[in-house]
Amino acid sequence: MFFMRLAWLAVVTWLFLLIRAEATETAPKRVVSMNLCTDQLAMLLAAPGQLYSVSYLAGRADASVLAERAADFVTNQGLAEEIFLMKPDLIIAGTFTTRATVNLLKRLKFRVVEFSPANSFKDIEANVSRMGELLGRPTAAAAAVAEMRRELATWSAAEKSRALTALYYANSYTSGGNTLASEIVRRAGLENLGDKLGLKGTSRLPLELLVTGRPELLVKGRRHGSSGSRSTAVLEHPALIAATTRSERVLLSDRYWICGAPFTLQAVRNLARAARQVVH
Amino acid sequence: MTQALLVIVLAVLVVLGFLGSLVVGPAALTSVTSLSALFGGENEAARIVMQEIRLPRAILGAMIGATLGLTGATLQGYLRNPLADPGVLGISSTAALGAVLAIFTGASAAWVFALPAAAIVGAGVAVILLRILAGQNAGTLTLILAGVAISSLAGALTTLTLNLSSNPFAALEIVFWMLGSLTDRSMLHVWLAAPFMLIGWFCLLATARALDAMTLGADVAQTLGIDVKRAQALIVGGAAVSVGAATAVAGAIGFVGLVVPHLLRPLVGAQPSRLLIASALGGAALVLAADIAVRIIEPTRDIKLGVLTALVGAPFFLWLVLKTRREAL
Repeated sequence: MFFMRLAWLAVVTWLFLLIRAEATETAPKRVVSMNLCTDQLAMLLAAPGQLYSVSYLAGRADASVLAERAADFVTNQGLAEEIFLMKPDLIIAGTFTTRATVNLLKRLKFRVVEFSPANSFKDIEANVSRMGELLGRPTAAAAAVAEMRRELATWSAAEKSRALTALYYANSYTSGGNTLASEIVRRAGLENLGDKLGLKGTSRLPLELLVTGRPELLVKGRRHGSSGSRSTAVLEHPALIAATTRSERVLLSDRYWICGAPFTLQAVRNLARAARQVVH
Repeated sequence: MTQALLVIVLAVLVVLGFLGSLVVGPAALTSVTSLSALFGGENEAARIVMQEIRLPRAILGAMIGATLGLTGATLQGYLRNPLADPGVLGISSTAALGAVLAIFTGASAAWVFALPAAAIVGAGVAVILLRILAGQNAGTLTLILAGVAISSLAGALTTLTLNLSSNPFAALEIVFWMLGSLTDRSMLHVWLAAPFMLIGWFCLLATARALDAMTLGADVAQTLGIDVKRAQALIVGGAAVSVGAATAVAGAIGFVGLVVPHLLRPLVGAQPSRLLIASALGGAALVLAADIAVRIIEPTRDIKLGVLTALVGAPFFLWLVLKTRREAL
């Protein structure tokens, strides 16, 4: 009887240690992230000392929400040689990260996990959960998802102005249906002109169609970099200015719109605030 | 065909092209609505589209086409070479380099005329280099080689400048500068380029008599009382100023100056002076037609103008090379 008890206790202890060992062994200890969006998700969810390096884009204030936090980590330029020398046990990249580099790292027998860009809040939840699972931080991830859902629920109940909104970036690009930007517009209770015209993904919106579309709210892209470029010339086109004199204008703060993460809600908040200025 | 008849026919083509350019576009406007909206009216959106988007595009199409046709005809007369054209000889490429440098150093933001000025300087450098490298009696081979060298160097330096820019979109703009486009040009671009193009036209048209005389050679022309040096200066200056301004606002559009004078030369009796006006009108008609075509082929995408002119011009160029070879035998 006593030996049976002992045996049972031994088995339970062994199982417990095994599970704990697995839990701590599967959690990576030296994570390198090569993509702006995975950088930020990793910074939000990683345990102290777990994340070793983030890409240089994470430190840029115009592109990254967590730019200040990125200073705590080593910067990488997304090159295979430097990442190889860091000896990571997990590399996180995006599905659009330079294919040659990702393939080379896989050939060098590193564990490379790729995240596709989020096009909706559902995608954001999926990415956050997946990142939590990868880093061995499921509770932190679940908490972030729950917080997002709670806030989104309050937005759905809020007043919807349904104002026609046009997103306009450099080189006459807009975000049509099935993009994160379009989802942000929708959640703020507005209608996306690109979506209305049947455009899908990030595609070109001819200036004439923007003018005849008569948007009530214009979300304009910013100039990039210090040196000039023709790409943003269209954003100062006399026709655009004339067509939107009565529209409300919002300057895009890119860093909240590029990456799908819990802070994407800030973009929805900013947009909804601007939308309240629109008078029908 | 008499000169007067030819000029009238070409002028009619230009007018038709201009009207066509005004009524074609992605916004669904009927011809009547669009043409009446050009003069104002209640439809605010249509008025903006017509006055601020389509009108400048049509004006620039006509003026740039005229510039390229006129410059091509002049250079062919001056260099006495059938393969002379601002694009082939690298003048457009160096003008584009000048323009790119003006934009990326911020000079064009500081002073608005820095853009056409830099492009004009670039074009001027090319014309002078051509004169030095090829001389006035240069054979076809020397001239084309000089053009290729200048073109390649200018293209490489343009790409380098764009790659060194901190702007993420800069590297993509090489396509605009090498192929040219009239999409989303505004009246500001018209005011920026038109004065220089007009100055260039006056300079080039003033050399009409000199070009006729120079078909007999520079020495004979001198004995006929033509001031050859003055004619040279006018041609260099006129070509540089007009092509520079045109390239500054629309990028390098090639082959117009090559194709148009060749098509019209038989109709003017191969006389350079009569070819000038005809080429200007012919060039305007060609560029307007190409600009209408890019919008009909794919209304929502931005197909570059140079693609169409190259599709027409490059085979024509090859045919010319073969013809020149055959004649040389």
